[in-house]
Amino acid sequence: MRGKSLFQKMAAAPHITWAVMFIVAPMLFVLYFAFTDAQGNFSLSNVSTLASYSNVFILSIAFALIATVVCLIIGYPLAYFMARSSPKMQKILMILIMLPMWCNLLIRTYALMALLDNGGLLNALLEKLGLGKLHIVGSDFGVILGMVYDFLPYMVLPIFTTMTKLDKRYIEAAQDLGCTAFQTMVKVIMPLTLSGVISGVTMVFVPSISTFYISQKLGAGKIELIGDTIERLFKNTSTYSVGAAISLVMMILILISVWIMNKFSDDEGGIII
Amino acid sequence: MKFLSKFYMFIIFALLYAPILVLIVFSFNDAGSLSEFSGISLKWYGELFRDEAAITALKNSLILAVLSSVIATVIATFGALGLHHMRNRYVKGAIKSVTNVPMMNPDIVTGVSMMLLFVAVASLISTKDIFGFGTMLIAHTTFNLPYALLSILPRFNSLDKSLSEAAQDLGATPAKAFFSVELPEIVPGIVSGLMMSFTMSLDDFVISHFVSSPNFQTLPLYVYNQTVHNVKFSMYALCALIVATILAILLVVNFAGSASNKKKSKRGAI
Amino acid sequence: MKKIISLSLSILMILSVIMAFSSCSSKSESAVKTLYVYNWGEYISDGSEDSLDSNAAFEEWYYETFGERVKVNYSTYSSNEDMYAKLSSGSVSYDVIVPSDYMVERLINEDMLAPLDYANIPNIKNILPEFYGEGAEYDYYDEGNIYSVPYFYGMIGIIYNTTMVDPEDDDLGSWSLMWDEDYAGNILQFNNSRDAFGTAQYYLGIDVNTDDESEWRRALELLKAQKGIVQGYVMDEIFNKMESGSAAIAAYYAGDFLAMYENNEDLDFFYPKEGTNLYVDAMCVPKTSENKLIAERYIDFMLSEEPAIANAEYTYYASPNRLVVESEEYREYMAEIKEDAFEKMYDTDGVNATAYVNLTNEKLVLINKLWEELKSDIDVSPTIYVICGVIVVALISFISFFAIRKRIRSKY
Repeated sequence: MRGKSLFQKMAAAPHITWAVMFIVAPMLFVLYFAFTDAQGNFSLSNVSTLASYSNVFILSIAFALIATVVCLIIGYPLAYFMARSSPKMQKILMILIMLPMWCNLLIRTYALMALLDNGGLLNALLEKLGLGKLHIVGSDFGVILGMVYDFLPYMVLPIFTTMTKLDKRYIEAAQDLGCTAFQTMVKVIMPLTLSGVISGVTMVFVPSISTFYISQKLGAGKIELIGDTIERLFKNTSTYSVGAAISLVMMILILISVWIMNKFSDDEGGIII
Repeated sequence: MKFLSKFYMFIIFALLYAPILVLIVFSFNDAGSLSEFSGISLKWYGELFRDEAAITALKNSLILAVLSSVIATVIATFGALGLHHMRNRYVKGAIKSVTNVPMMNPDIVTGVSMMLLFVAVASLISTKDIFGFGTMLIAHTTFNLPYALLSILPRFNSLDKSLSEAAQDLGATPAKAFFSVELPEIVPGIVSGLMMSFTMSLDDFVISHFVSSPNFQTLPLYVYNQTVHNVKFSMYALCALIVATILAILLVVNFAGSASNKKKSKRGAI
Repeated sequence: MKKIISLSLSILMILSVIMAFSSCSSKSESAVKTLYVYNWGEYISDGSEDSLDSNAAFEEWYYETFGERVKVNYSTYSSNEDMYAKLSSGSVSYDVIVPSDYMVERLINEDMLAPLDYANIPNIKNILPEFYGEGAEYDYYDEGNIYSVPYFYGMIGIIYNTTMVDPEDDDLGSWSLMWDEDYAGNILQFNNSRDAFGTAQYYLGIDVNTDDESEWRRALELLKAQKGIVQGYVMDEIFNKMESGSAAIAAYYAGDFLAMYENNEDLDFFYPKEGTNLYVDAMCVPKTSENKLIAERYIDFMLSEEPAIANAEYTYYASPNRLVVESEEYREYMAEIKEDAFEKMYDTDGVNATAYVNLTNEKLVLINKLWEELKSDIDVSPTIYVICGVIVVALISFISFFAIRKRIRSKY
């Protein structure tokens, strides 16, 4: 093996410089703002005000958790059925699941709100049928529904990918050895698609817990999640220090949960779409 | 069972598409109302094309997406080369994980941290308007970086090391060896990195929300501004057009993909 | 596939580079100056439905009058507090802003506004004497209008949908309508602290500019009590919500009622008898502006007849401009929208109205804190927590089941 040339040694320099300037430095600024007051002195007051946001934190975690589980319950069978259809059909279904994924989140959320609003099409229809109105927008249920609707494709796609990669012989072997369909599902398919499930869970949980647009539109500004709090603190009241402290906590929370989830997956890194 | 599975898929997809379809259908509504359909008309599309802010936002979005994806891909290509030849495993791991931070972090945290950086720099050099195209470009390049690196680095790892060494033995400088031997091999990685960054940049709203200024609005920011005020029906037309464009791209990529695959299989493995 | 993708990508890139260059070169050719205007949403005639596009008209007028090209960059905010946050972040600079009275006062106190040179605003003569000049009644926020020129004024009232609200309801005419539990889930509240607290304060009969912390707390308690029956906290989203009948009752600015009425004739409006807020929104130039002269000319242009009438007809707000109020065409236009539209906006002598005054810094911090308290006080149905608990328990038992099984298996 020859020695490294200057070119090879320096090739990564721009990359490292960029990463330090625009990834590491901003993180340090979050730290700095979280632990200083408006005058720039060290203070723990921002961290102590966090206590008053504890219920918002708990609520955000609860909402994201429920949305993730609902996505999993709906998405897993969907991915399974998709993987069992013919290759030609699979291609079409793939496009169908990717189209909403690529559409901007704002558009989908707004479309959903316009449909579900008290004066929207759904309620007009229900009223014509004499069923009375459904108050979805502005309720906790509406926010969770929005999360499920927006992030379901993120759950389906990784599971679907691992399922199509699954070696069919495992399933055949299981059936040959006398497994019922249910046993094959639980003992063979589910464990083998765990990595897909985990990356799906991460991809739903992280955006759900940090969203502010969904709660703004479907919660009508009444259901406040931690993302809304951060957004308001930065954009409406410019109290950067408290906002930075909340962001810091959220960052730590997310990194811990991602780390825990990666512990469960067998192959490293998981699948990132 | 077969019927049940089909029925289940149909229901879920119908629910998934219902709001988008309603949006598209009502973008043709003459009345400009969401509850009654009075007749088909293209007037909202006409209004959209007359809306200068929307056109500028589209232009800005494209310029930003191209520039940020190209810059991110170039940086990541050389970064991947450097990482590939790096011997210290810990440094390598550290660089990789740091690069991945914007991908792991929720967008809002990335956006907020970038905003804080720019605010601090602005007060340091006492300028009054730091936010704009520059900050947007930096932010977009930064969150594109992990996606670009992720699609390029594996290509390097599957590269035959002896090739580059042979070239150098034959008298090529390392730089020349890279450009003439290694680079052609990793082009597919570069292309997919570019594509991924390009779409990521086009789609981003949250990070842009924190680092933008009124003099540089992208399409998602334009949509956001519409939805927090009195929504005009031309926005529905815009959304319908965006959905149609994405569908067209997906179809082209998939059909072109299957066509070229067929060709490949006819030719057999190379 | 690769080829097609790279081809389309390169085409896209070339296109965008060309676009970037073309926009650059057109800039360098004539050095177009950009005027940054930051205004409320839905607050200027924008050229829709054959109205005048005031900003475009200004650009044209400026070129014809001064032989220089100016481009207006127009962006909008939905509350005074949003505008203040953006302005004070020190990272964006604007040339013209349109804050409300109490915010003008605050900006003056914090030395953020530039005094205006009225030599560049000859059209100030069009402003009615109540709003400008010696003895003016409505320059309380900026005595003598040193920093600001009134743009529009109005009052806050309650908009309601006549098909959803019982016309015999005793609460009609009073703020108590906003607290009526019969309309739970159909009430919209302001999504900005000052106006939201104002509704509660007027209802309680407290001075909206009170110095007493306990009175602010009382208002907060009332807002918290209201949170359960409120559908949401919104600003300009209110237009779509009221027009489509998504909500029945909302407090908002009077002019906007007429804009909504134009699209939904079931709506009606009243000024609450307990008293309400009177506001004047005024055009100002921030100190940081680099184009103060153009900004003053912009203000001047907006006071001239055509744009002033167009803006008034677009926003339906009450105009302090003599040319608007005296215009026959304007009166006819208003009467066409609603018979008593003009009277609703201008004949407000009988309404008991007070203005917001800028508060001390200490109070501003307090309001912010109380507002945070209101927003983070979320009433969630217990089912959410029950479901969440079930999920957590299931997850823990699932994980421990696998951990134990793994251990047992590794033993044998």
